[in-house]
Amino acid sequence: MIEEGKEKVWKDYQKEIAEDNYFYARSCIRQNFFPGSEVAFLRILKELGKNLFDDPRHTTCTGIAYHSDIVPFDTTMTVVARHFALMTEAGLKNFVPSCITSFGIYTEVLELWRHHPEIEQKIKENLLKATGRTFEKPENLAHSSDIIYKFRNEIANKSKYRLVNKETGKPLRVVEHIGCHYSKMFPEKGVGGAEYPLVLTGMVQAWGGEVIDYPERRQCCGFGFRQYIVQANRGYSVACSKKKFESMAPYKPDLILTNCPGCPYFLDRWQYVVSEMEGVTYGENNGGIPVFTYEELAGMVLGYNPWDLGLQLHQVPVEPVLDKIGVQYKKEDKYKGVNGKDLGRPESPSCLKI
Amino acid sequence: MDTNKTVAVIGGGIAGMEAATFLSARGITVYLIEKEDKLGGHLLDWERLFPTMRNGSEVVKFLMDGVKADNIKIMLSSKLTAAEKSGKGYNLRINENVDLFADAVLVTTGYDLFDATKKEEYGYGIYDNVITSADLEKIFMSGKALQTKQGNVPKKIGLVHCVGSRDEKAGNVYCSKVCCVTGVKQAIEIKQKMPYTEVFNFYMDLRMYGMHFEALYKKAQADFGIQFIRGRLSEASEDQNGGIILKVEDTLMGKPLKLTVDILVLLIGLIPAKGSKEVGELFGLKNGVNGFYKTTDQHTLTNSSNVDGVFFAGACTSPKTITNTITDARAAASTVAAYLFNYRSLERKIEQNEDFWLYNTK
Amino acid sequence: MKTFGYTIQNDRQIDFDAADKKLYRYVAEKEPDINLCIFCGTCTATCSAAEFKNMSFRKISLFLRRGLTENLKREIESCMFCGKCTLVCPRGINTRNIIFNIRKGIEEYEF
Ligand code: SF4
Ligand code: SF4
Ligand code: SF4
Repeated sequence: MIEEGKEKVWKDYQKEIAEDNYFYARSCIRQNFFPGSEVAFLRILKELGKNLFDDPRHTTCTGIAYHSDIVPFDTTMTVVARHFALMTEAGLKNFVPSCITSFGIYTEVLELWRHHPEIEQKIKENLLKATGRTFEKPENLAHSSDIIYKFRNEIANKSKYRLVNKETGKPLRVVEHIGCHYSKMFPEKGVGGAEYPLVLTGMVQAWGGEVIDYPERRQCCGFGFRQYIVQANRGYSVACSKKKFESMAPYKPDLILTNCPGCPYFLDRWQYVVSEMEGVTYGENNGGIPVFTYEELAGMVLGYNPWDLGLQLHQVPVEPVLDKIGVQYKKEDKYKGVNGKDLGRPESPSCLKI
Repeated sequence: MDTNKTVAVIGGGIAGMEAATFLSARGITVYLIEKEDKLGGHLLDWERLFPTMRNGSEVVKFLMDGVKADNIKIMLSSKLTAAEKSGKGYNLRINENVDLFADAVLVTTGYDLFDATKKEEYGYGIYDNVITSADLEKIFMSGKALQTKQGNVPKKIGLVHCVGSRDEKAGNVYCSKVCCVTGVKQAIEIKQKMPYTEVFNFYMDLRMYGMHFEALYKKAQADFGIQFIRGRLSEASEDQNGGIILKVEDTLMGKPLKLTVDILVLLIGLIPAKGSKEVGELFGLKNGVNGFYKTTDQHTLTNSSNVDGVFFAGACTSPKTITNTITDARAAASTVAAYLFNYRSLERKIEQNEDFWLYNTK
Repeated sequence: MKTFGYTIQNDRQIDFDAADKKLYRYVAEKEPDINLCIFCGTCTATCSAAEFKNMSFRKISLFLRRGLTENLKREIESCMFCGKCTLVCPRGINTRNIIFNIRKGIEEYEF
């Protein structure tokens, strides 16, 4: 692999990311999948002194329903328009969705309107009729991983830990997985483009780790909404993830880093499913390969309490990573809620070692 | 039979050399202006030629024999920097310090090779073992063995057709004409040097239009066992040993196919030369939709330009094989002579049609 | 009905005369680019779905032209709308939008 070649590609795909004053659009599923991630994002930006508005009136973007053929695109566009209206009402111009599919939807809607102003006009009228609201389009649209990427060096400067094995002094080996809707549809809207995305790689490098490029890096995790939602189709979903595991396992990665709501969930939980169904595991000592969201990883290097980051909700335990880096944490607090109440223990898998 | 006419030929590749030869034979003084320090152009970097497998150097030698004439003034390391109409001809400035007058100008600026780094998904310049057809020729010419970057003998080699040609994403919608048969030629050469290496060509269509091209294709199958897979490469990735994993659809089977090769060769297309652009700006020459110079007519006035006294020969107007370039150069010499000596043949006109083949390139 | 221990073979010829081009015309009107496909398979080779499902945009493009709506309906279900196929198509076809319109057409005509 010739690194300079990649750097050349990266230079061609640099996007503008706003400096401050963000309207945050949460994901409709992330708070269930990885509940600590969005909270960590808010905390990181606050500590960086950034102004962000987290509007409780914000709803789903309808992405999942749109991709499952339940909601027509006109409805999706009107909901998107409502979110732009909330941003406009808040006096903000920089729109930051937390979900990759939302990011894809917003990008697509804006592109469509750019080519077809008459559609934008129609949606404006729809929104006005339905809600009495008007809106301006965002001046800057960036995914929340773009924001963390932008401030990766600031985070590195404030960090308590580096992605380095404290025993061997070697950088941790990280494989990354970018959500398909981040840049496959519009490569120029993603940091680093679609073939060699830089957004997560840049974070890993800034925080001391080493990124491993594995052959099936571009393969989808298999979420795909309509595929996963129908139970009978899940075999297809898991097969997609399995293809990735088989491709990355020979590189012995320390962790998987992702930037989409669905990907970390699937890459984490399917390791359990594959282990139960086929008896195969992909990590060290019959364990799995721990999976992180970028907010969790940022929070971890910043020294946030792992259990505040929600890392106890991962299927594949994250402790091996914490131990390699030397993160201090209390084992006994793993299953305690915010008020110190015991949350109980999950059942142990029969094959995957935890 | 000196005629006291002077022609400047801009570009000392195949077209420029052969046109100079035929112009000089008519008693015309020729300035053969070449920006490099050698005549021969791209041919100097090509070892053997399709479909005969003759050495390119033999053709260079043949062309060199032609330009030895006394009335051909070869100007090497020379770049045209200014041009100004003067009477029926042109005052030309070379390298900021040499001025000369020419009654007519023949532009033979040829082509450039497609920059394969633009096809990001193929990993040229990123993966260790991805090379272009031009790189492969250089290796052949050096006489060194073809090896992987890791120093191993390749067991499997893939050749990808249409890299940077017939591709809207690369900005070039046309067919480069020479790469299909080059791919077959190079596949055979690899097999000749390494009989135990498996060779695969990935193609959309095999365009074997020239005399004996089809025979070469058949020979590749019959005598060398080269495998042709109908599917265009969608992406390549690198494995731990530096192998290149290819993803194509085996379109005839109707299934996606994965194949790991030790070396991947990209058959890069021909694109309009940077030099053509510079020279074109000096004279106000028009380009066609694909960025090559636009000839006055597609069928008949194939060596004339939109500017009086300026003519074209060779691959500066479209990708051409060596055979076609040589023929075109001789035709151009004839056309220039017709212009200089007022032959009636150049007075003919033909009505221009709209470029109906023009489709919207996004 | 008698069986005689065998069945009468079905005809497997594509009956181009009987082909129902309604859906094709519907899609071609929305996205005329469908006519530009050269069946190179780049879309299929890059498609995450194609590796597991009988799903090939190249074939879908053919089924549409041949009026083989049943095959098409089955295959198109597996598309995850990721758009990677659009990225690689050498003819610059908006494949994703075509899939979108095929689905709309299927619904509209209740195939
Ligand atoms: S000659 Fe062959 S390889 Fe070259 S552009 Fe044409 S079809 Fe493609
Ligand atoms: S990549 Fe484009 S041209 Fe090739 S088969 Fe797919 S849709 Fe057709
Ligand atoms: S949009 Fe659909 S057909 Fe295209 S690559 Fe993605 S899953 Fe495959």
